[in-house]
Amino acid sequence: MGEPGYLAAFIAVAAVATFATRVIPFLFFERHTEHPLVRHLGRYLPAAVMGLLATVFLQRSADWSGTWMGFDALLPGALVVIIHLWRRNALLSIAAGTISYMAIQQAGL
Amino acid sequence: MNQSVFRLTLPILFGYLPLGMAFGVLFTTQLDYAWWAAPLMGIVIYAGAGQILAVSLLAVNAGLLEVFIAMFVLNARHLFYGLSLLGQFKGAGWRKLYLIFGLTDETYSLLTSRPRGTDRAHEQEVDFRITGFNQCYWVVGCAIGALLGDNVAFDSTGIEFALVALFIVLTLEQFKALGEGFPIWLGAAAAGVAILLLPPAHQLIGAIALVTAVLLLEYRKSRGQTTREESSHG
Repeated sequence: MGEPGYLAAFIAVAAVATFATRVIPFLFFERHTEHPLVRHLGRYLPAAVMGLLATVFLQRSADWSGTWMGFDALLPGALVVIIHLWRRNALLSIAAGTISYMAIQQAGL
Repeated sequence: MNQSVFRLTLPILFGYLPLGMAFGVLFTTQLDYAWWAAPLMGIVIYAGAGQILAVSLLAVNAGLLEVFIAMFVLNARHLFYGLSLLGQFKGAGWRKLYLIFGLTDETYSLLTSRPRGTDRAHEQEVDFRITGFNQCYWVVGCAIGALLGDNVAFDSTGIEFALVALFIVLTLEQFKALGEGFPIWLGAAAAGVAILLLPPAHQLIGAIALVTAVLLLEYRKSRGQTTREESSHG
């Protein structure tokens, strides 16, 4: 069993961090919505953070030393891109990528 | 009113139930905590990608400062949702706090795209119920998934790839909304540098700092250019 005290602290911290991102504009930016720096970050930061997260976690789920040389994660990742560009259905893309990754990992090649 | 709110939120029901279930299954199969902590997280945190990232942070017993930074940055896009709703939520009284708390990607897109009448108080009441309905779908999904993961025996090896797939999908959606690839390549490059230079525990924070620094530099450069142009014209 995991440590319940840690879980409680974790949930509290995660809840505060998430709520902070939602409430800060209402607390501090009521007069600055048109500031060019706010608009610049609003335009580019979300896309950059998503590209960053996708890269970090894709790298972590791959086995770079084995026979697959990273393709155990790169192939399911490419499948997500192709299916999403084709159907643009988030759940379908996520399911296809996850199932193919699970199949590769469980086959133990 | 509830019937029309239900019709409005039906697409979100079909999105939140399966995604909430995916989170619940991940939570109980990857971690060793009681199942009800999954719907509890849906109630007090209420963030799709955030909760799924939380599973991988819980799995490595991440430090609380890292948890705060990772969750804040992952949800940083919400900062910019609020900016466009400042006017719409004005004067909503006690409901305003919950409207702000429940501002997920899906709720935001519904609140900003639905047709609105002239009765401000009535429209805010509709916004409030939409937010509440959506969170109910999410919490129910989390609970069903957690119970499934706890009670149905199956080999879940590799199921954590759902997080990677979700981030890839969100990246593509950002690309389509923005119409340019520069910030996405910047994020990927910063991640690459961080992966090469830093130990795993510091890679996320390092990459985020790098991306923010480049965006600020780029902002200063483009501002400098506009001021120079303005002064040469003037």
